[in-house]
Amino acid sequence: MADTAVSRSASRWALRVLVVGYLSLLVIWPVTLVARETFAHGLAPVIDALRQPEVIFAFQLTLSAAFWAVVINTIFGVGISLLLVRYTFPGRRTLNALVDLPLAVSPVVVGLALVLVYSGRTGWLGGSLEQAGLQVIYAPPGIILATAFVSMPLVIREIVPVLQEIGTEQEQAASSLGASGLQTFARITLPAIRWALLYGVVLSLARSLGEFGAVKIVSGGVAMRTQTATLLVEERYQQFGVENSIIAYTAAFILALIAVLALVVVTCFRPDKETPR
Amino acid sequence: MSIKIAGVGKRFGDFTALEGIDLDIATGELTALLGPSGGGKSTLLRIIAGLEVADIGSVEIEGVDATRLPARKRNVGFVFQHYAAFRHLSVAGNVGFGLKIRKRPRREVKARVAELLELVHLSQFADRLPAQLSGGQRQRMALARALAIEPTVLLLDEPFGALDANVRKELRAWLRRLHDEVHVTTVFVTHDQEEALEVADRIVVINQGRIEQIGPPHQLYDHPSSEFVMSFLGPVTTLDGHLVRPHDLEIETHPFGDAYPGRIERFNRVGFEVRLDVRLTEDDAAPPVLVTLTRAEATAKALETGVPVWIVPVAGASQVRITTTLPTPGADSVELPQEPPLVPPPGLSAGTYVYVASGHSAWVATHADRQEAALRASVIARRRAEEE
Repeated sequence: MADTAVSRSASRWALRVLVVGYLSLLVIWPVTLVARETFAHGLAPVIDALRQPEVIFAFQLTLSAAFWAVVINTIFGVGISLLLVRYTFPGRRTLNALVDLPLAVSPVVVGLALVLVYSGRTGWLGGSLEQAGLQVIYAPPGIILATAFVSMPLVIREIVPVLQEIGTEQEQAASSLGASGLQTFARITLPAIRWALLYGVVLSLARSLGEFGAVKIVSGGVAMRTQTATLLVEERYQQFGVENSIIAYTAAFILALIAVLALVVVTCFRPDKETPR
Repeated sequence: MSIKIAGVGKRFGDFTALEGIDLDIATGELTALLGPSGGGKSTLLRIIAGLEVADIGSVEIEGVDATRLPARKRNVGFVFQHYAAFRHLSVAGNVGFGLKIRKRPRREVKARVAELLELVHLSQFADRLPAQLSGGQRQRMALARALAIEPTVLLLDEPFGALDANVRKELRAWLRRLHDEVHVTTVFVTHDQEEALEVADRIVVINQGRIEQIGPPHQLYDHPSSEFVMSFLGPVTTLDGHLVRPHDLEIETHPFGDAYPGRIERFNRVGFEVRLDVRLTEDDAAPPVLVTLTRAEATAKALETGVPVWIVPVAGASQVRITTTLPTPGADSVELPQEPPLVPPPGLSAGTYVYVASGHSAWVATHADRQEAALRASVIARRRAEEE
């Protein structure tokens, strides 16, 4: 008995060391180095970097694009999730697989695909949109579109399991008590999925802030016009000079900080166990 | 009539859940829909509630044709087996939900919720979340929630099915008392014959999508119209081609009247009851006859394993002649094919007959003769049902 207990605790320790080691080498150490590089010359250059108009513009653009992408993904995410869980229709499995496509396909491919459809000169739909006065590619709408595409599955994949788990009985009970479809959704379904939804929103916000590949293709990356924070990091990193490096590291650090903060806040607020039965 | 169901039928794909259901339920009555799982009783209840739509037929509630009316407009209280508690709302919030939807003044909602919580003995739990309640308390909350909207009819779908045996018995008696107080027309679904016999004013036995028999509990128990009703409402055993209740058999250690001779093969005492397997002398190929009596009687008659005995049904015992032992192919019998894909259960060779009893369980007996196999399997099924 004692032998097995000892070996079990030994293997548990081995597993812990392995996991922590893996996470350290892959995630914690590199991210820490970014922070160290950012503050390598003290706080003053960092504050200077944050005052640069290019940096301020890049973050404003990133935040507004991420915001709209998240809004779009939340509305359609809830809709698609309800459709996937509550209804059976021909093509449901295909839709289910399609939802994961953005996770599987390289963002660069996503960017190219969007250019093919929405580009003003060569795009399939872009010409008519441009005539109507809406430029998509090389403009903020394209950035929002690319970001929304890439982060689409995150909200859905959070909500779907919860919707499946809660089942339809609560909704049926609500309707037998006289609630209309809209009332049932607002008073029963939405509160039941609120934590999953919030978590999905935060994940997709974090993902949207950090999107690079697809945005790079559709935006053109012109400073003060279509350069987002990630594009700024790449551009400054490749330029010479300490000043540029510090700007690159500062922007990278802020991006990481926002994402980590969002996750920490949600993890703290999320109940330990999602309302047990 | 509070509820009038006429010619209702419902199919799910190839499966016929209900067929030609006609049923009238009087105002203020407490009715049980009794039958095996998968027999269609829950579907019927859900059709009354509007949670399911009948393919054909009509449903009338208090004189109003409700066939096409959505659930939310039927003013029906529905209680689910697994409570369907609104997990994010407090107990009071759950109970008041229907009233808030109806935009009643806040003061009225509060008063009515307090009154209902009093009725279901949950007043001190008003501010708790459903997760903090026991199963029985959650079901009482669900009942209060359904009653809050002052429903024309109250429908309960296996309301005590998810509860412990003790809580179930307690809630059963409580439901009966509650109904005597509130007097709302109530229909509940159950597969537990004891529950139906104890609580209901009237029982509707439903099997394979059809109504087998309707009547007050004692009438169904004493005068079952079919083998199915007889065997579903209580324990049965087979004697001379008839189904008989094992406690309706008279047993002596000496010949008397027209009694059948036999020998006690197994003596099994369960609490106050003694269960005997009697192997008949004349027909020792048939499964043994089950006889139950009290421990005192068994002691007085000095019954034990191996003792020769004579048995006969007592005067006035309910008996049903066995006529349908041959299962209709397709409906309730399966012939194991000679070829895969259906793999015969262990110990069975292809080509023997299998009798599948109603519900989820299949009871299997092997015999070269099909009728014999069916008979044996049905006896096993009844035995197992009794044991459960």
